Amino acid sequence: MSETLIRPRIEARPLGERLAEKLPLLLVPLLMLGGLIVTGSPSTWATLTVAGLAMGLMIFIMASGLTLVFGLMDIINFGHGAFVAVGAFIGFTVLTWLSGWTGHPSVLMNLAAMLIAVTVTMLATGLIGYGFEKVIIKPVYGQHLKQILVTMGGMIIAQQLIHVVWGPDALHLSRPLALQGSWVIGDAAIEKYRIVAVGVGLALFVAMRHVLKHTKVGLLVRAGVENGEMVEALGYRIRRLFLVVFMVGSALAGLGGVMWGLYQETITAHMGSEIMVLVFIVVIIGGLGSVEGCFIGALLVGLLANYTAFAAPKVALVSTIGLMVVVLMWRPQGLYPVVKAK
Amino acid sequence: MLMKLLSGDRPASPVLTVLLLVILIGLAFAPFLFPGSKPLETAARICIFIVLVASYDLLIGYTGIVSFAHTMFFGLGAYGTALGLTLGGASFAAAGLGALCGVGLAALLALAIGLFSLRVKAIFFAMVTLAIASAFAVLVSQLSFLTGGEDGLNYKIPRELTPAFKLFAEPVLGLRIDGKVLSYYLVFGVALALFLALVRIVNSPFGRVLKAVRDNGFRAEAIGYKAVHYRTAATVLSAMMAAMAGVLLALWLRYTGPATTLSMEIMVDILLMVVIGGMGTMYGAVIGATLFILAQTYLQALMGLAEGATAGIPLLSALVAPDRWLLWLGVLFVLSVYFFPTGIVGRLRAGKAGAA
Repeated sequence: MSETLIRPRIEARPLGERLAEKLPLLLVPLLMLGGLIVTGSPSTWATLTVAGLAMGLMIFIMASGLTLVFGLMDIINFGHGAFVAVGAFIGFTVLTWLSGWTGHPSVLMNLAAMLIAVTVTMLATGLIGYGFEKVIIKPVYGQHLKQILVTMGGMIIAQQLIHVVWGPDALHLSRPLALQGSWVIGDAAIEKYRIVAVGVGLALFVAMRHVLKHTKVGLLVRAGVENGEMVEALGYRIRRLFLVVFMVGSALAGLGGVMWGLYQETITAHMGSEIMVLVFIVVIIGGLGSVEGCFIGALLVGLLANYTAFAAPKVALVSTIGLMVVVLMWRPQGLYPVVKAK
Repeated sequence: MLMKLLSGDRPASPVLTVLLLVILIGLAFAPFLFPGSKPLETAARICIFIVLVASYDLLIGYTGIVSFAHTMFFGLGAYGTALGLTLGGASFAAAGLGALCGVGLAALLALAIGLFSLRVKAIFFAMVTLAIASAFAVLVSQLSFLTGGEDGLNYKIPRELTPAFKLFAEPVLGLRIDGKVLSYYLVFGVALALFLALVRIVNSPFGRVLKAVRDNGFRAEAIGYKAVHYRTAATVLSAMMAAMAGVLLALWLRYTGPATTLSMEIMVDILLMVVIGGMGTMYGAVIGATLFILAQTYLQALMGLAEGATAGIPLLSALVAPDRWLLWLGVLFVLSVYFFPTGIVGRLRAGKAGAA
């Protein structure tokens, strides 16, 4: 008689349920299709879509850190925008030093300058993030009301310090020579910089997913989001893990700041608080704590903002609020709720 | 009688009582005590902001929810009145109708926002209101055919409230009682009434339930109070109060624009006032608003002096420049959240309790 092997049987969930989970993925192509109908001309549509994707991915870069920090430690950083602004200003300073390189006709020199600027910015904002966590956030751990107030206060201070260091005026940030101008494909003019932004954003998303799904650190982060106490009970120092995630989030905000600054070509101390509105909308749409949700939310917001800016410029920002309301009516916790209401 | 007016909510500290009396007397006789137009402007601003900050305290201090849309409601009241006066001419009826629309709209909007976002968690509400308020500010500056865009609206107010109107032929106590003074007393009277109404609300059984929901929502639910309903009701009430403060501002300034009503700066100011004064006590709003606006008006001049004195030292002089006063307030704000979460009023009351 052969041994009967008893193994747990995991029921395959019904197809409908699994499909419903993937439903939000369909929203992006649907919105693109809607955009095509509204704009009516394929070339305009292509330009707008690339612009929307670029904008969405830059917002994703800034929002991903915020949503992870929230998921992991239940802390929402209203001062996240300060890192965006500080990042843009540091990037500006570095690019000004390297103006010989950015103005150089060689593409390689241009890219090297970009790379140096981005690296310096990310290091600097990561370090500032370390200080911010230690000084501003740590004392108000677990108290939501105070967190909101204190991080808001940190944002005011950061904005004012930017005024002290870089002066009160808006600064002009010019793109490296190789990233100026646009390619013309068919009738559609597509700015080079937007393609670069899409590339960086996609690469970051893929890398982030890889780290989260296939490495030990990622496993701990995901476990921490799911149940922080259990991870601690297993002997991992979740505080240290959190500090690292916070620093990475701040560094990403800085990167987003440089990229956004190069996209707009003007930077002000208030750009952080302005962009935070979009970042919050994205984080809410995606579901607090979810990187995938944040990605889809960012694409939706970027695309919708660009289509409406073309079709009805006056209501561009209101349309994203409308999107948020619709999504929340469909899924009150966002597209991919990760954090159960604690 | 006096206790009844204050709904039995004593200041509970001698220093605080004296401060409040000084502020009350100062505001009540401002036109007589401090002649000139700048002090009168400051006094009117203080009255309006006391109502605005007190209504915000109802939300943040008594109910424990943070909203960033308070300026939106403030703006709705102001723009309602402004549009009423612009479209309907300079009459009290037009102003009243506009104000009614503004306050009503604020209540409806607060109800909608509350119902769909207060169910989840406080932090969520803060994010949603921040997004909606900025969208509203952008919308107002875009719809320039209606709202005047960034320039805002200038309009005429009823003649009785303008300096050209004289109530008495003879000056009273050396002051000519003109429309401006009347207008000030309108602002002062309404602000006082609204403030006392807010004190009444927070000391009523309803206010008690709000505090219970703030301290332990789960428990309050268990006793049978629907937390969502009470939170939403508090949101609507505070939105209406803010809108009424907006009505006063629109009547007083004869101008309504995004910078005076909707901007993020005003929202930050309100936050600073409520935290520095003391959350969870209506008197904190009085102290916070008065101190802040006095500082805003007069401290900047002082900082100008400091800048002159330190002109030789490059970074320091930039740090004390008058434009940077918000920096120091920000530092003060963060420090007070850490060390004096109950604000000035809380400190004064605690000091008394410690001595006794």
